[in-house]
Amino acid sequence: MRQPMRQLADVAACRSGDKGNILDLSLMAPNATVYAVLQQHVTADAVRHHLAPWAAGPVTRYELPRLHALKFVVEAALDGGAARSGRADNLGKTLGAALLRLEIPWPPSSSPSSPSSPSEGPDTGPPPDDEGGSHA
Amino acid sequence: MTAVRVGGGLGFYGDSYRPALNLVEAGHVQYVAFDHLAELTLAILAKDRRRDPSLGYARDLLPLLRFLWPAAVQRGVRLISNAGGLNPMAAGAAAAQVAHDLGLSARIGVVHGDDFRGRLDLVEWDDSDPSAPPPVFANAYVGAAPILSALDQGADLVITGRVADSALFLGAIAHALHWDLSGAGPIDWNRLALGAVAGHLLECSGQVTGGNHSGHWQSIPDLDRIGYPIAELSDTGTLRITKVPGSGGRVTRDTVREQLLYEVHDPSRYLTPDVTVDLSETWLADAGPDMVDVCDVRGHVRPDAYKVLAGCPDGFLGQGLIGFSWPDALDKAEAAAAILARQVQAMSLSTTAPTAEYLGVSSFHGPLAAPVDRGRVNEVYLRMTLRTATRGAADAFARLFPPLALSGPPTASGLLGVDRVRELFWSRTGLIPRSVLDRGVRVDVRPAPAFYAGGSETRGGSTLL
Repeated sequence: MRQPMRQLADVAACRSGDKGNILDLSLMAPNATVYAVLQQHVTADAVRHHLAPWAAGPVTRYELPRLHALKFVVEAALDGGAARSGRADNLGKTLGAALLRLEIPWPPSSSPSSPSSPSEGPDTGPPPDDEGGSHA
Repeated sequence: MTAVRVGGGLGFYGDSYRPALNLVEAGHVQYVAFDHLAELTLAILAKDRRRDPSLGYARDLLPLLRFLWPAAVQRGVRLISNAGGLNPMAAGAAAAQVAHDLGLSARIGVVHGDDFRGRLDLVEWDDSDPSAPPPVFANAYVGAAPILSALDQGADLVITGRVADSALFLGAIAHALHWDLSGAGPIDWNRLALGAVAGHLLECSGQVTGGNHSGHWQSIPDLDRIGYPIAELSDTGTLRITKVPGSGGRVTRDTVREQLLYEVHDPSRYLTPDVTVDLSETWLADAGPDMVDVCDVRGHVRPDAYKVLAGCPDGFLGQGLIGFSWPDALDKAEAAAAILARQVQAMSLSTTAPTAEYLGVSSFHGPLAAPVDRGRVNEVYLRMTLRTATRGAADAFARLFPPLALSGPPTASGLLGVDRVRELFWSRTGLIPRSVLDRGVRVDVRPAPAFYAGGSETRGGSTLL
């Protein structure tokens, strides 16, 4: 049976920023469960492949389990940077939304109830859910 | 307990400063800091300075000051701004003129010495391109220490050049909470990191109070009267983000998280000139309506080099915009693009082909955009750009657009005015040792009339560190 897929836009949010020719993406989950799925499926390689028409790469990923967020630093992504780019979106402001077009397996193949590393210590970690149910 | 409230009054050159007046009047803040400078801004200011050597600063500083300086002086709110850009002394003189016009008695502090155009040999560039043309600007990202010094010397308004965005705020926080930034004694890096994070969260104005929100943006109320952010810090090591009561927008863990992570690259090593910030253990706590506490920010020793950003000329961009309506809107736009491409070739305007973007269809996501049903596209704009070696070639390209109205595909319309020619800059980054820059950074604090008379000459001034 074919694995059902879901677009990241249905489950997460993303904001993009720029430093020179480098694209900086923050992919944010509404809770630890979704974060664990993102951590499993939205790898640096998946992002590099997805953004390949725009970005030469390489892509580096950073994990923020307490904030339920992943960061991606995508090099050579902005047509030379804001002051050189010919693109209508010379700052890459819409490329976070472009990442949200990526499709990942859903429901995830491994159980999200046993995520590999979200940190939710009752004393030091954040509350389990962000308010507002904003992404799902 | 000592505490301080700082407001974020501006996020870029061109941002609205109206919400900043609300910060001054109703935010119970002691300081408001204004971040006028993005990477792109320096290129814009460099063009200004070339036209007129007395320019090179963010000129919106002047209407901003006319708008809110009297209220700030009345309430004892001190203002910090990097509007000095590439010419902080000229900005200081212009601000002094405003003080004179308004009849304000104020002390102005100017921080300068970040310009490295004359000391390029000291920069260790990240790329090693020996063929790079001389930069039109080259500025180091200065830290908070000179801002603290200016405030210590009684400045009511501090104007800087290229300092790190977060440093604008950290300087004010350090002044209020009596933190030592000199490094003469032991430094509490965790404390400094909290101040730098406060600055980072405030430097983009409305982007932390619900603006440009990537989450459920529909739930953010009243963006027409958005409240700009306030950071509240105490000497016991707490940081709370909030906004002016009753203003629009919203402060939630979602909005704060988004700005916290914005453009930091490696969150465990967010580099600032003052401290290396570590967000890897950081979390956020709701503290009430529009109040979020930022917890477990760690700091590590600051880098021993400052970042330098330079802009090197890299040719020109010619551009034009032309719209087409249904039927066959997209086909017509593509046909127009083909006509322009052939004309570029025939006229030998460039060694590269022009680039076409279809606004309303795929201009932002290009090949990633979902395909459209061609027959149903109501209208589409063609934006076409051409990289050229000369300004003249770029201008000639832009002038190819209007004739399409009579001699191209039908229903061409909406020939909107755009900048026909843009000068392009390649950004180079590099590092310089702390000791080199620290020797050159200067802080001048004088009563406004002394700047008013002074012009752009450096007279007196105190060397830092």
